[in-house]
Amino acid sequence: MIKPNKTLSVTVLGAGYLFLYLPIVLLVIYSFNESKLVTLWSGFSTKWYAALLEDDELISAAWLSIRIALLTATASVVVGTVAGFVLARFGRFRLFTLFSAMINAPLVMPEVIIGISMLLLFVQMGQLLGWPQGRGLMTIWIGHTTLCVSYVAIIVQSRVRELDMSLEEAAMDLGATPGKIFFAITLPLISQALVSGWLLSFTLSLDDLVLTAFLSGPGSTTLPLVVFSRVRLGLNPEMNALATLFISSVTIGVVAVNWYMRAAERKLAREMRMAFAAEAA
Amino acid sequence: MMNERMNSQALAATQNERADFVQVIDVVKNFGEHVALNSVSLTIKKNELFALLGSSGCGKSTLLRILAGFETATSGKILVDGEDLSRIPPYRRPVNMMFQSYALFPHMTVEDNVAFGLKQEGVPKNEIKERVADVLELVQMKKFARRKPHQLSGGQQQRVALARSLVKRPKLLLLDEPMSALDKKIRQKTQLELVNIIEKVDVTCIMVTHDQEEAMTMATRLAVMSDGEVIQVGTPNQVYEYPNCRFTAEFIGSTNLLDGVVVEDEPDHVFVECPGLDQRLHINHGITGPLGMEVSVSIRPERVRVTREKPEQKYNYAHGVVKDLAYMGSYTLYHVQLANGKIFLANLSSLVLASDDAPSYDDEVYVSWGASSQVVLTS
Amino acid sequence: MKKLRKMLARAVPSGRTGVIAFPFAFLFLFFFVPFILVIGISFSQQQMGIPPYTPLAELKEGVLNIALNLSHYQFLWNDDLYIATYLSSLKMALISTFLCLLIGYPIAYYIARAEPSTRNTLMMLVMLPFWTSFLIRVYAWVAILKNDGLLNNFLIWLGLIHEPLRLYHTNWGVYIGMVYSYLPFMIMPLYAHLVKMDLSLLEAAYDLGAKPWRAFFQVTLPLSKNGIIAGSLLVFIPAVGEYVIPELLGGSETLMIGRQMWSEFFENNDWPMASAVTCAMVILLLVPMALFQHYQTKEMEES
Repeated sequence: MIKPNKTLSVTVLGAGYLFLYLPIVLLVIYSFNESKLVTLWSGFSTKWYAALLEDDELISAAWLSIRIALLTATASVVVGTVAGFVLARFGRFRLFTLFSAMINAPLVMPEVIIGISMLLLFVQMGQLLGWPQGRGLMTIWIGHTTLCVSYVAIIVQSRVRELDMSLEEAAMDLGATPGKIFFAITLPLISQALVSGWLLSFTLSLDDLVLTAFLSGPGSTTLPLVVFSRVRLGLNPEMNALATLFISSVTIGVVAVNWYMRAAERKLAREMRMAFAAEAA
Repeated sequence: MMNERMNSQALAATQNERADFVQVIDVVKNFGEHVALNSVSLTIKKNELFALLGSSGCGKSTLLRILAGFETATSGKILVDGEDLSRIPPYRRPVNMMFQSYALFPHMTVEDNVAFGLKQEGVPKNEIKERVADVLELVQMKKFARRKPHQLSGGQQQRVALARSLVKRPKLLLLDEPMSALDKKIRQKTQLELVNIIEKVDVTCIMVTHDQEEAMTMATRLAVMSDGEVIQVGTPNQVYEYPNCRFTAEFIGSTNLLDGVVVEDEPDHVFVECPGLDQRLHINHGITGPLGMEVSVSIRPERVRVTREKPEQKYNYAHGVVKDLAYMGSYTLYHVQLANGKIFLANLSSLVLASDDAPSYDDEVYVSWGASSQVVLTS
Repeated sequence: MKKLRKMLARAVPSGRTGVIAFPFAFLFLFFFVPFILVIGISFSQQQMGIPPYTPLAELKEGVLNIALNLSHYQFLWNDDLYIATYLSSLKMALISTFLCLLIGYPIAYYIARAEPSTRNTLMMLVMLPFWTSFLIRVYAWVAILKNDGLLNNFLIWLGLIHEPLRLYHTNWGVYIGMVYSYLPFMIMPLYAHLVKMDLSLLEAAYDLGAKPWRAFFQVTLPLSKNGIIAGSLLVFIPAVGEYVIPELLGGSETLMIGRQMWSEFFENNDWPMASAVTCAMVILLLVPMALFQHYQTKEMEES
């Protein structure tokens, strides 16, 4: 096998990861700075974390954000899984192009566009149907779900395509109806994709600012809205502390999930080796 | 000619509706422009192990998938035990399949895999338990019941797949390339094991394979397929010894084909004159056809003798030079170049070769064969 | 009885149609229909009240009046500031995309050529920032780029500069923020294409006498073409409409269309004008979006 130049490889990757991680590391370091001036180090302190605990506005916003993120992740997985399954297994039906376009577009479409158009929809619906009355958790939830469905659908469809189609055929051959096959065979086999889709939707929703700005009303201020309104005014050590909490929990989560999945894979490989060794003996 | 044969087969199929367990009647399958099956008709008797043999793309897998219900035929009918399958969705057919990849559900134990089909039928729990245990006993996998598929070797997985497709007691069992996922070494042993199990449970079985040895070993009868058509149907012995056309003769085993014209035709023998051969071929069975008809004569390499001396017989020999020797273990394959440049194949058993005088490279030799070792092919 | 069942079967959509209809209806109602509304409202007029725009069609004394107000589009077309904003958005998105490609390609390349066991970890490290908050990552740069920020302090301490570099609240800041935020989107598709490339192709090229750089330009680069296109679109399209990055890191001279639309909507409360700006943005993005759709479907069907 051709080996790439080791020095060059280390330099490029080193510089790349430095660029990706240095800002985050600095952000974390300065969250422990005593001074209110974020860029001047004056001593170690955890007082900004203590300040977070007393910041009622922030805490209630965080609570709302978490509730919305839980709802969004769950709804997105339900709709997105069906959408991804349709993409992967239903071939080309009428309106397929429109369907796949509606799934692909939110992945790249600037959020301001989605934001204003959904807002106009809700305003119109409110006028014509009397629902939704005003904006709040419900409208944000629907907005976030529309965005996250695409991500889940893409993850699910690529996993379903990897599945050996004969597994589903075998289930059908053994007497399972299409609906049964989906729940008894397909869903368990793509459960990993569902978990990643759920987690991704959760963080996307928790973090979303632009869409939320259009879809939130008075009394439904989410965490990113509060954070944005504060950092707009400049540096704020309390935000560093909040960011550090957020980053560390996500990092722990992602690393743990990754570690767990890899351990499961290793176990699988080991057991397969053993089974074949038993046959050879 | 071909058409006539097809029609008469189709007719026979409708007449014997009761006697024949599985009937494939005039099945056509088109994928757009491509014709995958061109009016295929077959009849399969109860408890037969029938093989569909052909190279990839010949339509054998399409036919199997139509039988299972994963594809719908463009036209034609399929009857199993007198019941028309066309309208029945795959999950209600009395047909089960063992998949090429086995398609064992990776998230279920061996037991759960086997029980899956019975659960779909709503069989009572106690009965499921009993039947699963019985069938696992049959395939000798009882002690692995709690394992997951990835904890099994290839051969064990195959047996679980077989158990899973047998447990519903299907009227028809389909085997899709049953050996192809297995290591070459264990194939032969497994072939016989599989046949033994299938014989024990009295099930009618259709298998698809591209491997002629596999078909010959396992099947009671087989159909040779090519380009979406059935070329010949018969027992392994019939198909090998009496191929009905050049395709079958060359596809099954290897053979020497000599082209010639019929010059004398009597009820008990025929003479065929071949260009490039000094004397005529004398064949000890009659054929139907006019004098002067162009035919091919097939002679299997294992029926051919190779000698340094001119054989005593008057017909059925040729002179040539040994061009190549391929040592195959139990026999050696001789490539003998005839005067007309053609290569003639002959198998010499290693017993003969043990003598010092065995012909070698560039030796001048005679190849000869008996009058009964030839088959005249008209198509 | 049989007849009844047949009729029922015709009236009730089959399972297949039902399964398609569920996600389809959801996306149609919440993603497609809103667009049509935006187009419609871009032709109405601002008014005080709820909603803050005039209806397009009105029934007055038995006469249906349909008023299409084209003034917003005329304004867009004739106002130099808007034209400049559109052009500037395109320029900034293009430059950001190019920079992402320039930085992302070598990273993706060396990750794809790393040992299989470390590859996963390296890719996880690229993806990790994507999982953490976008807003936080942009905010992190404020402390670095400010005039009295960490970068300037560091450079002055090194003695490389004496006057702080002006990066915060300039277009430079926006470029840095864009590249930083969108880099994972560039690396992902590039990596996916580079890692599945058959390395024996490179060996064959070397064997036939190609020098490494030639082999790169004639084998590796063309084979990763689709990855480059996918990555570029993933960066370019959202970058054109970006709001947060220019708002936090850009200055008053940073003209970007997303920001413009935001201020029309939230500051001027002019919904029809904001809709017209949005429509113009969508038109600008139609071709890249269609391209993205094309490559995305191709990718799906190949896998």
